Amino acid sequence: MNVRIYISKDSGALAVGADEVAQALIDAAVRKKVALDVVRTGSRGLYWLEPMVEAGTPQGRIAYGPVTVEDAESLVDALSSSGGAHPKRLGPPEEIPFLKRQTRLTFARCGIVDPVSLADYKAHDGYKGLAKALALKPEAIVEEVVQSGLRGRGGAGFPTGIKWRTVLQAQGEPKYIVCNADEGDSGTFADRMIMEGDPFVLIEGMTIAALATGAAKGIVYIRSEYPHAVETMNVAIAAARAGGYLGTGIAGSSHAFDMEVRIGAGAYVCGEETSLLESLEGKRGIVRAKPPLPAHHGLFGKPTVVNNVISLASVPVILEKGAAFYRDFGMGRSRGTMPIQLAGNIRHGGLFEAAFGMTLGDLVDDIGGGTATGRPVRAVQVGGPLGAYFPRALFDTPFDYEAFTAKDGLIGHGGIVVFDDTVDMAKQARFALEFCAIESCGKCTPCRIGSVRGVEVIDRIVKGEKREANLALIADLCSTLKFGSLCALGGFTPFPVMSALTHFPEDFGASPTLVAAE
Amino acid sequence: MHSVMPWSAESAQEIIRESRMIEGAALPILQALQRAFGYIHEDAVPMVADALNLTRAEVHGVVTFYHDFRSEAPGRHVLQLCRAEACQSLGADDLAGHAQKRLGADWGETTRDGAVTLEPVFCLGLCACAPSAMLDGRPVGRLDTARLDALLDGVKP
Repeated sequence: MNVRIYISKDSGALAVGADEVAQALIDAAVRKKVALDVVRTGSRGLYWLEPMVEAGTPQGRIAYGPVTVEDAESLVDALSSSGGAHPKRLGPPEEIPFLKRQTRLTFARCGIVDPVSLADYKAHDGYKGLAKALALKPEAIVEEVVQSGLRGRGGAGFPTGIKWRTVLQAQGEPKYIVCNADEGDSGTFADRMIMEGDPFVLIEGMTIAALATGAAKGIVYIRSEYPHAVETMNVAIAAARAGGYLGTGIAGSSHAFDMEVRIGAGAYVCGEETSLLESLEGKRGIVRAKPPLPAHHGLFGKPTVVNNVISLASVPVILEKGAAFYRDFGMGRSRGTMPIQLAGNIRHGGLFEAAFGMTLGDLVDDIGGGTATGRPVRAVQVGGPLGAYFPRALFDTPFDYEAFTAKDGLIGHGGIVVFDDTVDMAKQARFALEFCAIESCGKCTPCRIGSVRGVEVIDRIVKGEKREANLALIADLCSTLKFGSLCALGGFTPFPVMSALTHFPEDFGASPTLVAAE
Repeated sequence: MHSVMPWSAESAQEIIRESRMIEGAALPILQALQRAFGYIHEDAVPMVADALNLTRAEVHGVVTFYHDFRSEAPGRHVLQLCRAEACQSLGADDLAGHAQKRLGADWGETTRDGAVTLEPVFCLGLCACAPSAMLDGRPVGRLDTARLDALLDGVKP
């Protein structure tokens, strides 16, 4: 009997032994003379269950996990002869509550398809968005994206369609589509998952962006910390080119568009769009002042779309199903879905794509299952190293751009890092400033020098040296950083610092009442 | 780890020649040089400058701006330990302390026998499998001191 199994080759799965498990299953099958067909996929994003193995059955896929090398023998037995019963059996993956409660639009295929098979991509509704786009004028494509309400998923939340319209109307040739895949925020991995698990959706999104703006060249700037994503993207780009979806005459049309991968070199600040453009031009990643906007004066001075991976990867489904379909998800001005990443000290860590509007508490306690250590959740940092630390008291905040802004935080790229009650928030605040000092590009004085001084001020506060004066000083320094920095690195470092001070004063050597009175 | 070759100006010149025509060639060239030799030899800087019609200062500026570029040869293996928040939430600081003690190397340093270079990294995107690391480009997650020790035991000296 032929048994087909699916095992992720996402680097998160590899990190916990997916390759070893795959090999053990193959070895066991050879010994038992079972014909085993192994398909390597991306990850479903249920990382606490990785390595997860899915078996193809006439009733659909059945998941097992987390599978260890020691499980290989018994699992092959179960799949080949005993009807699939096994202690690690999880049932149909779609029925696992973590997956069942999601709305997977951008991640519809991730974990299901063979990431580098163009045929598999097309068999799972791939390139339907492009087909629609090819029948539209550039203005109409732009309008569709504007109407969908899609906003930049990198963190800034700027309407994607408006950015595209600006580039469409800009004068200058050639125009560029630059995909920002410099996903440096701790607690985020959605970009990595898409590039490793469904790279064609990003290629399709960039192709649609090119049709909408008149660009002929695309570049994906991937951080060097993601070697697997680089490899998968390169293979997929070559496959798309061979399949007639990149190059001249894309999908049989008269349009030409091609793209390539460029690799970063370990600078966090290059996730900022103008710094990224400098880096692509072969320079130090020093932030540029805006205006001029990259849409007018971007890569090599040409009109350039700079979009995050998830923004671009959300475009195909918008074109395929229409702006209204996408816009109907979400709340307020946050439309559609957001791939939320549950990370750090969390029991059920992984990728949870859902319409905007779920509360932080539901995400952390209900979906995430609380901490991995089993201790109480004390703080969560939302939106990466530049995001605020939220206490339990703010867990009723809905996941929405404006709602988080109203609570002096940000959703950023959608990462949520959970900490239990052993966390020292003064140490976290100090780290935020230390990180800013390490990664500052050096252009703005408040960021370059203020971050170093900030570390010293936190140290003095913790030591109890001139407490009140130093608390006033750190607040003043944060205000200078916020208003005196060109980009989010200096501008947003105050979020983790001030939120830690505001919500967790007891960690800074004060009784809570004392700080509340100040 | 993939094998690197000892510094050779001729090989470097060849690498530079191959990539000098691409747009914004500085980073791709420097990355290719580091892939080949494991670091950016100081003699490479004027060569890159010359090929791209830049000043030595400009190329030096690029090399020193990016954390990835090394100025000296690394050990035979490179262990990158994540120091970012998601990994901190599950004990990355203690793990780093353990690694430094066991290797007798601080961040950016190499063990005395030249086997392992310890490098900090701020996020590998393995934040749901924290704490995490990358050994010679191979991702490892759910680390604790025992798993890290086992990993280092498996490294050829």
